[in-house]
Amino acid sequence: MEVERESLRARQLRARDLLRGDLEGKDLEEYVEERLLTTTLEHALNWGRANALFPLTFGLACCAIEMISMVTSRYDIARFGAEAFRASPRQADMIILSGRVSVKMAPVIRRVYDQMLEPKWVIAMGACSSSGGMFANYAVVQGADKFMPVDIHVPGCPPRAEALLHGFNKLQRLVRGQPDLGWRQRYNAVGTEEWARFEAGEPTAEALERAAAAIRSADEGEGGHA
Amino acid sequence: MADELLRDEADVTERGLDPRTEDPSSPLADQLQELSERELEGPGLEPEQEILTINMGPHHPATHGVLRLIVTLQGERVIDLKPVMGYLHTGIEKNCEDKSYWKVIPFVERMDYLSYFFQMEAFCGCVERLVGLEIPPRAKYLRVIHMELDRIMSHLVWLGTTALDLGAVSLLWYCFRERDTILDLFEMSSGQRMHTRYFQVGGVFEDIPVGFEAKLRDFCALMPDRVSQYEALLDRNEIFLQRTRDIGLIPRERLLELGVTGPLLRAAGEPWDLRKVDPYLCYGDFDFKIPVGTVGDGYDRYRVRLQEMRESVRIIEQALDGLPEGPWIADDRKYVLPPREELATSMEALIHHFKLVTEGFRVPPSELYYAVESPRGELGCFVLADGSSKPARVHFRDPSFVNLQCFRDMSVGGYIADFIQNLGMLDPIIGGVDR
Amino acid sequence: MPDAPGLELIAQGIEEGHEGTVIETSFEHGRASLVVNPEHILHALTWLRDTPEQGYRFLSSLHAADYLPATPRFAVHYELLSRERVERINVKALLENPAGADGEEESLPELDSCVELFPTAEYQEREAYDFFGIVFTGHPDLRRILMPEDYVGWPQRRDFPIGGEPVLFTHNEIEAPRWFE
Repeated sequence: MEVERESLRARQLRARDLLRGDLEGKDLEEYVEERLLTTTLEHALNWGRANALFPLTFGLACCAIEMISMVTSRYDIARFGAEAFRASPRQADMIILSGRVSVKMAPVIRRVYDQMLEPKWVIAMGACSSSGGMFANYAVVQGADKFMPVDIHVPGCPPRAEALLHGFNKLQRLVRGQPDLGWRQRYNAVGTEEWARFEAGEPTAEALERAAAAIRSADEGEGGHA
Repeated sequence: MADELLRDEADVTERGLDPRTEDPSSPLADQLQELSERELEGPGLEPEQEILTINMGPHHPATHGVLRLIVTLQGERVIDLKPVMGYLHTGIEKNCEDKSYWKVIPFVERMDYLSYFFQMEAFCGCVERLVGLEIPPRAKYLRVIHMELDRIMSHLVWLGTTALDLGAVSLLWYCFRERDTILDLFEMSSGQRMHTRYFQVGGVFEDIPVGFEAKLRDFCALMPDRVSQYEALLDRNEIFLQRTRDIGLIPRERLLELGVTGPLLRAAGEPWDLRKVDPYLCYGDFDFKIPVGTVGDGYDRYRVRLQEMRESVRIIEQALDGLPEGPWIADDRKYVLPPREELATSMEALIHHFKLVTEGFRVPPSELYYAVESPRGELGCFVLADGSSKPARVHFRDPSFVNLQCFRDMSVGGYIADFIQNLGMLDPIIGGVDR
Repeated sequence: MPDAPGLELIAQGIEEGHEGTVIETSFEHGRASLVVNPEHILHALTWLRDTPEQGYRFLSSLHAADYLPATPRFAVHYELLSRERVERINVKALLENPAGADGEEESLPELDSCVELFPTAEYQEREAYDFFGIVFTGHPDLRRILMPEDYVGWPQRRDFPIGGEPVLFTHNEIEAPRWFE
């Protein structure tokens, strides 16, 4: 919203009128609109979420060093509010997969990711976690999105800290833009529910139906719970 | 067994306690009962003396990378320690067998991801010796300059992260500020901050650009002051002294038995540095000292590394002063690309270029082991050539892998906090451990 | 490095009393190499370590290599270093892959473990076992070190496939269930 550059005198007179209670009606509305941020609660929440993402300390390999240098003073992720790296997945809402995902490590990453609370986001930093990178062999999972949902892929080997910051900014825009969705709703992932709802072994048809119904009802605006 | 129990941890409140452990007649409860009985079977252990085995999992803020430690504790004292590795295993050595010799260079530099120049030097040096290629003096000096810059950079990252582990959080920012200056220099010479692929078989890939020397001299003028600042922060810091003095002592003979090299060995009093005892490249031309500790505790390791940073600055200054003019890569067209100007005029140059780029050069069947001194110790490269354009086996003797064997000896008998400090002073890079 | 005549003297010294230990000596690229009969590897290493004039007391590296299709197929390399004289010597033990028995049990090549002589060999022998399937008899804790514990196969053997997946381009794109739609 553009604020017209009125002359200083005119603005002073208006301010005086406002203080005296002389501004009314349309003038008052205009004045307030120009100066206050009005928003819905969701937008405010998402703005808050985006500007205070808590990343999980999850350095795997070389990209981790660039991630650390993103935290330090030259590239400074603190100006975007994300300098508080939490060690416990329960307290973090973003995980940056920095480094190659080896076959032995993949279940560990998946478990750590499961322990994080909704809403949570994933940045796959670097070529190795996005797609296996240069290592097309028996020991590296060819892309972390084979076993977990990834929101942002940042290319590079390793990506410069500025590239990671660019990816991070994109994530912030993603967070601000979307209403509160757990990843299952975002990706329409029916049938990916695990563990507790199923008594033993394979998911039964009714259990799948229940899960699908739960997703659909959450979709209709109840907010995300998995 | 425990795995199944833990899988549903997020839903414990909904589901209630697992009936398998609560029901006394189930086999799982029997196993748990047996286990706890066995633990108490000893001479009637008191609750404080119970032995607890915890898993410091691969995801942990204090293990430097994805190292899993299974620690057996009695109270706060460590009784036993088992590192479990392999969470970063990338199969680099296997991948290298599939690629021509040039293409192997970016692979091997990603093993120990803080000492990429050393890995490149180990591999390129090995291949150069296998084919009998002499590298020109300017290339040797440039290699040494970059390797010493890499050593300083690796020690800076070590200092920053280890101080962070011990609580001196601000050092992380200071050290990485210097590290960014070094990475700017790498970017000037090769275009990339990390994993630069700057060394080529025969020399270095490209000559250094125009402003490099001036910027490097500025850095060398600045660095000793900065090291003094770090020392001022930590040298006489009471907390740091209490945490590192006399912690993690291993006798020198035991370290040698375990194959430990690098700052750990030097801190224990053994003046063993491959740059001095077995000079490779042109280290014989420079005048520098090897810092050697006395006791071998954490404090000595810290002092040795800081002093190494100073000595590296001295080496770089001497190398800059003596930097010879001339070609930066060897002339042998069988292994080195001809200069681009010649491709327009000389047919032979074009053929060489074509062969090198498509197939790569061939190395006669032979094998060799070549070792350099990386910031963590002796980094050795074994290349087995079978006459084709791809190596048949590339193996790296990684210092972090071998040094990790002394971790158990260092930490058993101490407290948990001490073994965190030991792990920091050991400076393992899990990329090198796991390759 | 011990020069070529020095290498011959070493070979003779090892052979004393234990005939047939040293199969071959070679000296190339400035590197002295002894090929040793795998049955007597411990004797050779002990001789190199304990003889006062030799004193190769530091094991730099223990690694294995697969020489397929040459036979014998496997070789375990010991890179020894004498710190006083700064000399390196390489000892190689060549191992056959025992013919696969009929049935599921594949028999693995065996070699004596040198962990008592050189404690540094502990992790390195485990690594050779993990990647090549060479069993070191007498090793205190021989199990996989870098691959997952229950992995089947010996990854760095030459006949083990490299793995990975083909890069998907438009022409070879397979119809994967597109779960994100």
